[in-house]
Amino acid sequence: MSKIAITINGKSHIIDVPPDTPLLWVLRDTLGLTGTKYGCGMGLCGACTVHLEGEARRSCQTPVSSVGAKKITTIEGLSPDRSHPVQRAWIAEQVPQCGYCQSGQIMQAAAFLATTPHPTREQIDEAMNGNICRCATYQRIRRAIQRASGQKD
Amino acid sequence: MIPQTQVSRREFLKTSAQTTGSLILGFCFPTRGQVQEPASGGLSRVFKPNAWLRITADNQITVLVEKPELGQGSRTYTPMMIAEELEVDWSNIHVEQAPTIPSIYQGLRTGGSGGVASTFTPMRQVGAQAREMLITAAAQQWKAKKRDCRAENGTVVHGPTSRRLSYGELVEAASTVPLINPDEITLKQPKDFRFIGKPIARTDVPGKVDGRAVFGIDVRVPDMLFGVIARCPFFGGNLQSFDATAAKIVPGVRAVFPVPPLPRHFNTAGGVAVVADSTWAAMQGRKALALKWDKGAGGNESTENLRKLVVQRAVAPPTFIALDRGDALDVLADPLKKVEASYESPFQAHATMEPMNTTVHVRDNEIEVWSPTQFADEVQDEIAKLSGFPLDKVIVHMTLSGGSFGRRYQWDYAAEAWQVAKEMKKPVQLLWTREDDMQHDFYRPYNYQRLSGGFDNQGKLVAWSTRVVTTPISGSNLYTGFTESPETLKDPATVAALEWYGADIAPYSIPNFRLDYAPADSVVPRSWWRSVASSYTPFAKESFVDELAHASGRDPFQFRMDLLPDKSPETVRLRAVLQLAAESAGWGKPLPKGRGRGIACRSGDTCNAQVAEVSVEDDGTVKVHRVVSAVDCGIAVNPDGVRAMTEGAINFALTAVLTGEITIKDGAVEQSNFHDYPVLRIDQAPEVEVHIVPSVEDPRGVGELGAMLVPPAVANAVFAATGVRVRRLPIDPQLLKRSQS
Repeated sequence: MSKIAITINGKSHIIDVPPDTPLLWVLRDTLGLTGTKYGCGMGLCGACTVHLEGEARRSCQTPVSSVGAKKITTIEGLSPDRSHPVQRAWIAEQVPQCGYCQSGQIMQAAAFLATTPHPTREQIDEAMNGNICRCATYQRIRRAIQRASGQKD
Repeated sequence: MIPQTQVSRREFLKTSAQTTGSLILGFCFPTRGQVQEPASGGLSRVFKPNAWLRITADNQITVLVEKPELGQGSRTYTPMMIAEELEVDWSNIHVEQAPTIPSIYQGLRTGGSGGVASTFTPMRQVGAQAREMLITAAAQQWKAKKRDCRAENGTVVHGPTSRRLSYGELVEAASTVPLINPDEITLKQPKDFRFIGKPIARTDVPGKVDGRAVFGIDVRVPDMLFGVIARCPFFGGNLQSFDATAAKIVPGVRAVFPVPPLPRHFNTAGGVAVVADSTWAAMQGRKALALKWDKGAGGNESTENLRKLVVQRAVAPPTFIALDRGDALDVLADPLKKVEASYESPFQAHATMEPMNTTVHVRDNEIEVWSPTQFADEVQDEIAKLSGFPLDKVIVHMTLSGGSFGRRYQWDYAAEAWQVAKEMKKPVQLLWTREDDMQHDFYRPYNYQRLSGGFDNQGKLVAWSTRVVTTPISGSNLYTGFTESPETLKDPATVAALEWYGADIAPYSIPNFRLDYAPADSVVPRSWWRSVASSYTPFAKESFVDELAHASGRDPFQFRMDLLPDKSPETVRLRAVLQLAAESAGWGKPLPKGRGRGIACRSGDTCNAQVAEVSVEDDGTVKVHRVVSAVDCGIAVNPDGVRAMTEGAINFALTAVLTGEITIKDGAVEQSNFHDYPVLRIDQAPEVEVHIVPSVEDPRGVGELGAMLVPPAVANAVFAATGVRVRRLPIDPQLLKRSQS
């Protein structure tokens, strides 16, 4: 065990866990930020996606010791009131069914749109292909991303 | 306190013809609501007309939803039904999950797409009963005639004087009104619906876009520990020995102990539990275990052997003849023209995104359980039986479920969590890793179907026979093991009943038809998987119709229409969805080179037709571009919900068509995670169009409907595109690659 300092959603934490502990489990079990989900533990499904300095990262494949001073944003910190354009679009398009994967989908989409504000359908599929939704809300995910990018009313 | 009294008891027994046939969905109409005694702090009074509704003095309305929310929309359709009769402002409605008290709530489960159908009348009655009591209270207060009063948007209005009282103002008075029997209230006609039939935004969506939604895995209680189990990988195998020395020194590990297989369980694994301060520590502890397993009696089972077995069983004497109309076998013995084909599809995993888990706290005098289940009352019952605690001392909280698709109708993971938690003095969350989830599922049965069809000398299809072979569900899971006696589970008719529905060719008009069944033994646990037998029987039936159409040189759409000449209500509905799907998909219109369309249909309490449009890449990969689905499900309670379920079900079935396959070697599952059990990703998801047939018939469920026709529609489209007939799923690209060269 070792003491590690990390910054999540603008808040600093000192945690005491083995340094190879994946960020996912620090978020969920140590800090109680359960919006970030476990899906596969191998970086195959995207349910655990968070932002590291604004970039999408699989927290199940990110040892907490590797984070250092970089800022982490989780679904809980994306906006204080569901006002992020991606969250608004997700509600407008009624994307979630079971909803389990949607934190990861939304974090992936938000990071993607930050660098690709007007994506094509092909770019959307490519950017979102690492995120599995077993309810398979993919058609609505596409529409919501188009909406968030202003390409759909 | 006003004592609880039974007003009227209603048992709503619904057998889901669409799918499982045996899932009985109950509903009971209790009980006198109680007026909360005013607390000393002066809390507002609450009107509780029945067990599903609470109305407070500040006009807030809480609906207690008994059906689990698995993503199918129970927390939206239930309040819609209640609000329809209650006449309230939607924004004042709040939703809570009903407590697991099966003596009051008999619908704490959902299955067989039965949620909407089984609650449609009772939940409207819940709202109507409350409304009538509020109107009575207002009339009494005004000393007016009740018939001069009406409910309107959360208020009661006195017509002649336009006086108005809000429901909140009537809370105390309504609580003293004698109960009104809901059976004596006339419910609204569909033409007057304000909520039902309108696309209503789901109540659970906001919490699912900001991380607040609490799934089973998100349950956090003080002092909790986290556990995993190293399970025996071999179905029917046993733990021989283990060494926990290394596991116990992993930082955070608190305890390591063996867990036996569950007593009432078919081939559940048992193994060694590791409990720790965090999930990660428990996983690391598990990795450090040295384990020796005995393969047991199933050690020789493999997919290779199973394939040989099902082919043998397809020609062996049947154990059960399900249907025998006319004289199909005789006619087929010597027809003028005969077509034969066999279709096969493998075990499938549910692979819900939230792996199985449950949190349990065993205290001296009670057990508290938090479980993502679609069957809360059985979780309670099983843990009560295993522990010896009385039912009311097993408190079960039904959390949101991260997908289910039939998996959470089994309660093995909740019972296991109790097995682990009882060894600790603290609450324990037992989590299945993805690998556990993939390798210890209750799988969709392996199945093989052999079909024959015969034409007479006028080219008319006169005879058809189907042999269904499966590794049957009966006797292979907790639900059937719990509801049926061991003798019944061996009864051939009982065994066959869960396996062959969907294979009946009716209402196609073919004079001679025979459908029979033979089981194939397997050690692999099986259970319900979205649409159950209808996940494979339409693949054979509707592919074979296509083969027969081509064999007789006919258009597959027109061939089906010609087989549906009569004017029975079912035929009329089926023809309508076929027509709608074909027209919407542009059936018969030219397509770009290399593309093909396939059509398939089914009828029953719901009718559906689907058209798939595909192309095949040079390497044999099938690309599904578009699926058009015409749905007749009676009243679409929430049309956007019907669309969402249909879109999702189509995609769900595409996994089984394109990539999904669970294979067995040495009595164990070979796949372990999403790299070797690939599920559909966004770049494979087609455009989906859902067309809903307007209807005033009572609603029927659509959770499974969309999945049923995808296999034949896609296979038929592949044939149209390439001339190659797909008879085994998932589609092997090699088959199509070779054909193109």
